[in-house]
Amino acid sequence: MASTLINVPPKAKRGDIIEIKTLTSHIMETGFRRTAAGELIPRDIITSFTCRYNGNEIFRADFFPAISANPYLSFFTIAKESGKFEFEWIGDNGFSTTASASIAVE
Amino acid sequence: MPKLNTTRRDFLGLAGGAAVAGAVPIVTLRPIEATPAMLTSAIRNVVGEAQVKAGKVKIDIPPLVENGNTVPMTVSVTSPMTETDYVKSIHVFNEKNPQPNIGNFYIGPWAGRAQVATRIRLADSQKVVAIARMSDDSFWSVSAEVIVTLAACTEEVN
Amino acid sequence: MKPSHAIALALLLLGGSSLAAEIPGGERRSGYSFMGPDTRAMQDDDTSNPGMLFVLDGEALWNKKLGAADKACSDCHGDARESMKGVAARYPAFDKALGRPVTLEQRINMERTQRQQAEALPYESHDLLALSVFVANQSRGMPITAGDDPELKPFVEQGHALFMQREGQLNLACANCHNDNFDKRLAGSPITQGEPNGYPEYRLEWQTLGSLERRLRSCITGVRAQPPDYGAPELVALELYLMSRAHGMKMETPAVRP
Repeated sequence: MASTLINVPPKAKRGDIIEIKTLTSHIMETGFRRTAAGELIPRDIITSFTCRYNGNEIFRADFFPAISANPYLSFFTIAKESGKFEFEWIGDNGFSTTASASIAVE
Repeated sequence: MPKLNTTRRDFLGLAGGAAVAGAVPIVTLRPIEATPAMLTSAIRNVVGEAQVKAGKVKIDIPPLVENGNTVPMTVSVTSPMTETDYVKSIHVFNEKNPQPNIGNFYIGPWAGRAQVATRIRLADSQKVVAIARMSDDSFWSVSAEVIVTLAACTEEVN
Repeated sequence: MKPSHAIALALLLLGGSSLAAEIPGGERRSGYSFMGPDTRAMQDDDTSNPGMLFVLDGEALWNKKLGAADKACSDCHGDARESMKGVAARYPAFDKALGRPVTLEQRINMERTQRQQAEALPYESHDLLALSVFVANQSRGMPITAGDDPELKPFVEQGHALFMQREGQLNLACANCHNDNFDKRLAGSPITQGEPNGYPEYRLEWQTLGSLERRLRSCITGVRAQPPDYGAPELVALELYLMSRAHGMKMETPAVRP
């Protein structure tokens, strides 16, 4: 599992718009770089990211090589109910990593 | 895909001037530039034949980046984000990287705020374009000019 | 003026300008102060600082039993938050047995080989970087105290001489840029004072975490000189001098720098 850092407020009031920040470890090799010998280094990137809130998809992203290494993402959602955020990153060469964070909504 | 036609002099000039990264011997040549046609067709893949209007979208990006490898970028769209009037998706493109796409972000009324931030790579000084698709399938866009300089000291194989 | 005097004067001017002025204590500034707001924001938030991903990995390694001795760092050193506080701030430190200073990375490898009976980690490997940034992170916010030990004096002086020595095809000394010309720009990038208080740091140019030695070797290559190997005494002396030059400056590991 790749290392990830998640920032979700642990508590929120119902209806609050909260910011979710995620950071995950990945080289995001573009596929356009070459070794000194001239060989093309094959592409190896995260291609998609999904966030589910108590099972419902609230955010999805397609990544291209232009996304920097160790991709950072910040997005917003309305705090509706207590529960869990689940994050999933999928990429080339069968890359897959997940993370989760809980929130208490009153 | 356009062919990269480099003479030896071009190669040495490029290699000498290019930023080199990593502990593995890697040379970053100035990449095959995306043509304006590639950008246009990438946009068309998203919007189809629909008209793209200017407005509602904002890109927050440093006008002169500290390093083209990691450029913080925030895209936000003015929208009430109600069940009937919201942003469906945000698509970001660039003009001069080898590939015109940067990222696509899919949201909905549950987001509360149509704003996404990430870090992107920009190979050269160029235009970044963000297009938002609204709930009524209308498209709005904005573009930002960014200056990217190479790192001062070329780092070679470490 | 006699020709020999003229030559002597020219040499003095050429050589003399490498006796660059030291930066007065009150004007010492961390590399942080030379960066733009976006890069600073990246460093300030632990959940957006990519260096912290490596700190996470380092913490996992700290607790992992390994080697023929089947020991984890935590078995002897306990909670790093307590035991490693201030440690990185005083490295490179004098090793009595070896009779010379060693860097934090070298110390970690000595512990690995001698106490854990495991293999030494290669320089700049992910695991060594993770462990050293995890340890150094425990000194974040603390003032640098490296170089205080009187046994280190000759090595600090060696490092100082290296800092002042012009080298390479570009014939530049570290001091020419980092003492004489900080706050100016070199091809669009700000020239900093070259303070080491954020290492190991996440450098946007590398798109990964790297050690001070990697940075030094890059700079030395940049002036078109042959860089010493990782762990070479010259690099250790230079690292020691840089840390003592930054005496009192607060550690920022893991810093984010362009």
